[in-house]
Amino acid sequence: MTIYLPIAELSVNIFVILGMGAAVGFLSGMFGVGGGFLITPLLIFYNIPPAVAVATGANQVVASSVSGALAHFRRGTLDIKLGVVLLVGGLAGATIGIQIFTMLRRLGQLDLIISLLYVVFLGSVGGLMLWESVNSLRRAAKNQPVSLRKPGQHNWVHRLPFKMRFKRSKLYLSVIPVILLGFSIGILTSVMGVGGGFIMVPAMIYLLRIPTNVVIGTSLFQIIFVTAFTTIVQAATNFTVDIVLAWLLMIAGVIGAQYGVRVGQKMRGEQLRAGLALLVLAVAIRLAFGLVLPPDEVYSVVSGSFGF
Amino acid sequence: MRAAVPFIAAFLLSGLPAAAQLFDPTVTINDKFSERIDIGISTNEIAISSDFSGADITVFGAIDGADELLLATFAYDIVVSLEGPRISTTVRRKERVAGIWINRHSIRFEPIPASYSMSSTRPLEGIAPMMELASRDIGINNIRLVPTGGIGDGSRVAEFREALRRIKQTGGLYQRDPTGVRFISKALFRASVRLPANIPVGLHEVRAVLYKNGEFVMEKVIPLRVVKTGLEQLIFNYAHSYGLAYGVFAVFLAAVTGWLSSLIFRKD
Repeated sequence: MTIYLPIAELSVNIFVILGMGAAVGFLSGMFGVGGGFLITPLLIFYNIPPAVAVATGANQVVASSVSGALAHFRRGTLDIKLGVVLLVGGLAGATIGIQIFTMLRRLGQLDLIISLLYVVFLGSVGGLMLWESVNSLRRAAKNQPVSLRKPGQHNWVHRLPFKMRFKRSKLYLSVIPVILLGFSIGILTSVMGVGGGFIMVPAMIYLLRIPTNVVIGTSLFQIIFVTAFTTIVQAATNFTVDIVLAWLLMIAGVIGAQYGVRVGQKMRGEQLRAGLALLVLAVAIRLAFGLVLPPDEVYSVVSGSFGF
Repeated sequence: MRAAVPFIAAFLLSGLPAAAQLFDPTVTINDKFSERIDIGISTNEIAISSDFSGADITVFGAIDGADELLLATFAYDIVVSLEGPRISTTVRRKERVAGIWINRHSIRFEPIPASYSMSSTRPLEGIAPMMELASRDIGINNIRLVPTGGIGDGSRVAEFREALRRIKQTGGLYQRDPTGVRFISKALFRASVRLPANIPVGLHEVRAVLYKNGEFVMEKVIPLRVVKTGLEQLIFNYAHSYGLAYGVFAVFLAAVTGWLSSLIFRKD
């Protein structure tokens, strides 16, 4: 059964889209990530124009992060104050990011930059995660204790001025690195269509030393607002949000996520991280091939003032 | 695959004075000849749905004052084309830079027909000299492609033009049928013109040109509006006219979907 996507302006198989949404939802539930970094490349592989894939991906992430953040809010593992500070940086970053997106599109380099950013970010994050999880797995095999966070240890980040007290996180921390982190994730959200959790979560844990239990809830909280903002601005300036595509992905995604969570609870953390790392690397390699292999047609035609 | 003209004729615009002016045919006549060509289509507007997979439209016409002997010896030739709205178009060329294929060069062309579908009584080479056909933009290879803006040393323009025509043809937007125009009785003819699945919406032109022994006799152009219908088109129009409200709604829909799912699948 095919369905016509009004903004992407092409017909797609509805079951492929639902399957994609469910699979990514399953993985995001299992690994506790937003899934935007998987949805956008998958849509591009399925010939959805990258500009539409990015903006629609952001819209889809709104749904999955609302659902996730509410669960964390009920459990009390969400630091709203920290989330708001992140959000200040995030909204500023998203504003700049949309300008960059529009400019790249006009120059005809948007597709290239999106692919390059995905290859670089997925490649490095996937590589680091794989390295870290393989080491933990080996340590676990030797029955050595596994610890992610080393509390009490301070780094240069903790010597910066403009400190603020974050009660729920039990932290006294400068707002500068928090806003900067939010800002860079905001740019990535609007240019790549991701929530940015896959970068934000490790940065909050390793760089800012925020307790692991509040990290995911808080990052989801700020992702809701940055992706919502990005969706609205993309819709208003680039007309690239495909509501039909986004809704199909959301529905399949939230259902898939429920099953993913159940499977994820039965698996061990290091195994989960290794699995996610391999997945992220596979997507990066597939995108890298697209950049390096000679295209079938070196020319492309764009109608109108600017386009895809 | 080919649907047999499943059109919903919509006469939405027929009552409006401005529309009447808009849909007036235009004619160009060579006074040397007395023959006249006339064509008719059943509607000024065709509405296609989102799952449109291409179709043929049939244009009927007649040659007034045709010489019977010349008709019998196939001296008259007719070219009927459907030309899409003119849109300025950019062609980009990828090149390998440091191992990666990136868009390096681009040439922008003055507005060209977004689609061009042509039928004729015989292959164009047999109808008239290429110079004559080119002067009237008849035939895919004769559509004028004029670069604008910076074109560098100009040596690449030919390649870019060729690529543009090739991509338009492989995408089905430019096509030709050298035997699509047939005489059904002495001076009456019917032309079938292909509408591609990805036909652009907007104001198209049905253009019929009459040649006699390779000489231009007359040209007649009738406007034809192509509109899309259905929910998908409604969404498209809304997204483009009220982008902000559309974006807010998209976010609202996502938030509600996320919230409902967290209610339904709540574990505690």
